[in-house]
Amino acid sequence: MHKEFLMGNEAIALGALSAGVNLVAGYPGTPSTEVLETIAKQNPGTVYVEWSVNEKAGLEVAAGAAYSGARAMVTMKQVGLNVASDPLMSLEYIGVKGGLVVMVADDPGPISSQTEQDTRTFAGFSKLPLFDPSSVQEAYEMIQEAFEYSEQYHTPVFFRSTTRVCHGYASIDVKDQEEYYINTPEGFIKDSSKWVIFPRLSRINHGKIEERNAFLSDVFSEYKRNFIWKETEGAPHRGIAAHGISYAYAMDNLNKDDHVRLLKVSTPFPFPEKLAVEFLDGLDEVLCLEELDPVIERALTYVCGKYGLKTRILGKLTGHVANAGENTMESVGAAIAAFLGMEQEPQEAMDMPPLPVRPPVLCAGCPHRASFYAVKQAMLGRKTIFCGDIGCYTLGNAMPLDMVDTCLCMGAGINIAQGVRHIEPDTACFAFVGDSTFFASGITGVVNAVYNQADMTLIVLDNSTTAMTGHQPHPGTGHTMMGEIVEKISIEKILRAIGLTAVETVNPLNLDEAVACVKNMADQPGVKAIVFKSPCIALAKPSGKSIVDNDKCIGCQKCIRQLGCPALIMNNGKAAIDQSQCTRCSLCEQVCPVGAISGGNKNE
Amino acid sequence: MNKNIVLCGVGGQGTVLASKLMAAAAMEKNIPVMTAETIGMAQRGGSVFSHLRMGEGIHSPLIAKGTADLIIGFEPGETVRMLPFLKKGGSVVVSSRPIMPVSASIGDAVYQAKDMIAYLKQKVTNLTVIDSEKAMKELGSSKVLNVVLLGAAVRSGELGLTLEDIQAAIRNRIPEKFQELNIKALTYTE
Repeated sequence: MHKEFLMGNEAIALGALSAGVNLVAGYPGTPSTEVLETIAKQNPGTVYVEWSVNEKAGLEVAAGAAYSGARAMVTMKQVGLNVASDPLMSLEYIGVKGGLVVMVADDPGPISSQTEQDTRTFAGFSKLPLFDPSSVQEAYEMIQEAFEYSEQYHTPVFFRSTTRVCHGYASIDVKDQEEYYINTPEGFIKDSSKWVIFPRLSRINHGKIEERNAFLSDVFSEYKRNFIWKETEGAPHRGIAAHGISYAYAMDNLNKDDHVRLLKVSTPFPFPEKLAVEFLDGLDEVLCLEELDPVIERALTYVCGKYGLKTRILGKLTGHVANAGENTMESVGAAIAAFLGMEQEPQEAMDMPPLPVRPPVLCAGCPHRASFYAVKQAMLGRKTIFCGDIGCYTLGNAMPLDMVDTCLCMGAGINIAQGVRHIEPDTACFAFVGDSTFFASGITGVVNAVYNQADMTLIVLDNSTTAMTGHQPHPGTGHTMMGEIVEKISIEKILRAIGLTAVETVNPLNLDEAVACVKNMADQPGVKAIVFKSPCIALAKPSGKSIVDNDKCIGCQKCIRQLGCPALIMNNGKAAIDQSQCTRCSLCEQVCPVGAISGGNKNE
Repeated sequence: MNKNIVLCGVGGQGTVLASKLMAAAAMEKNIPVMTAETIGMAQRGGSVFSHLRMGEGIHSPLIAKGTADLIIGFEPGETVRMLPFLKKGGSVVVSSRPIMPVSASIGDAVYQAKDMIAYLKQKVTNLTVIDSEKAMKELGSSKVLNVVLLGAAVRSGELGLTLEDIQAAIRNRIPEKFQELNIKALTYTE
């Protein structure tokens, strides 16, 4: 054992490595991404690790490994679980041989997601046991236990953490490499009565799963991470039930002399029912402190009904805890104070001066800004819809670009554009999709469009990386997480193979050419595509700096008001460029009506 | 003795490295330490924070409002934004240089750094304002603002860490060619 200062996701990765994981697959998504990245970085050479094309592929790859006796893990964020849900639902009926952990990061808030869905609810739906850690240290230990339970009960299990555990750091105790468990896979043993899903097998296995989960409820009542905490003497009449980071907030808010009993639930499914009955004994009221869904609250309410207990269960369903958004130290403190009837110190009014507003923006020099601007200029005055998608380029919705009319989920924009056109035939329909999103879930949308004779323009924003989640490689980048250099899969060739005849690849930073291309393409019938190809500015070497010639600048602010680049500011009535941010994408040089902006290098 | 520290600024200013150096220094002294910070979409030009907690018996990496011993502010407006976290009588170390948001440059919001500093002077008794333009000029680098602020934070006495502790962390964690510059920055405000 030794101490390390680790991010929660790094701790999960090291925990999986120390549990002898043989294969890890996943798709990037905040707040889950660093788990797989850490596995790849710390790979002792014994682990196969890949960024899969999407979460469904990742889970299926992991399932194949677990069928063969490997310990396998698949990582994703909560909305990725929706993509993986098709294989997952069936996989529970088939089961596994080697331990298989489905690591899902939920995002209360949400801080960087489309939904506030709760993987604990998904556990009940899919019947998978779920582990829910409260701290970085617990995450490190619990992931190892998750592998053991999965292997012992031949079922995939969820390991669900949330943003504040995934992205929190702590100094924790970790194993030395000599202490790691080594798992040697036996290999796949043919048995079609076991590995081939048929209705009869599903009915039989369904019954077994229900019996196993009832049994696991008893096992989890004894699991050390589900426990009752009571520091005070005597029998309290009030209780608190908590999980995950909310447990940490509750513990930091409780005082030594608070007369209260606490239940920590680390496995909300199967719910540790016997432990809950013991907890509820003699309690008049219980406050459930949860994020996302009221899972524990519903389970305790059910236990009260089943055992004829009179305890009142309070939480989200009764309006005692907010039903949306993430919990905080303050919100949990206030809920506990109200529940225990304690006086709360009123917050002092701060009468602050107006503060700067800092919404996230596309970086200075981002090629997406140029792509959006080119389409906007080309289509001025036309009836249009711009369907966006998931990635940095969702930020194209902000003023002054205002170029994202819809955004739903990975790859949806391509199909939404088709649907709009079927109802509004006079609208020019555009779909914007990033390169990583195109590979993950855009291709089927294009096939749908071509087959069903849609009329739309697809804009692929190809910056040769998965930028939003921190620059992961994908099938178009030509390298893998195993460090191999591989053939790049060409987006243009895929589009042509699907049957598109009008496909152009253009550098969006060449504004006139980009605008002309959009004008030409938009007027052609059927499905056509433009690949705007220019590397992410966070990876590319800046080509220089642009500067403003103060004598030429007329202070019209066209550059600032049309582009919204964070490097462009006004200074004494003239445009100015923050040299620390500028990369000389030269878009402002091409937009300036009087030619006042040019490359700074040669004038220095 | 438990310590709660808030670091705040704008994405890209180096708040995370500063919090990592403090955490490394604390670990050397066998003090348990936890941090929480902004990651993801909000980083791109947005307000960022890092919470750092040191001591025994701590569960949550996040700090409750009104309980921070010290705020290390990399930007005046962001420091005012985080002021509700400061405990009564807590200390603030703040850089004087503002970073203009995009909304200010397209005329949607006016932002005056001097109003922020004036507000801090009115609300905080133990306030250290760092003239960061001057410091960066004298040190010849704009990359070490975080370490200059860290040096001032040590001198506030609220960290429970010494300059030697932070120096050791710099020597352990920062590439050798940048070490001298960072150590000079650490002692700049002396």
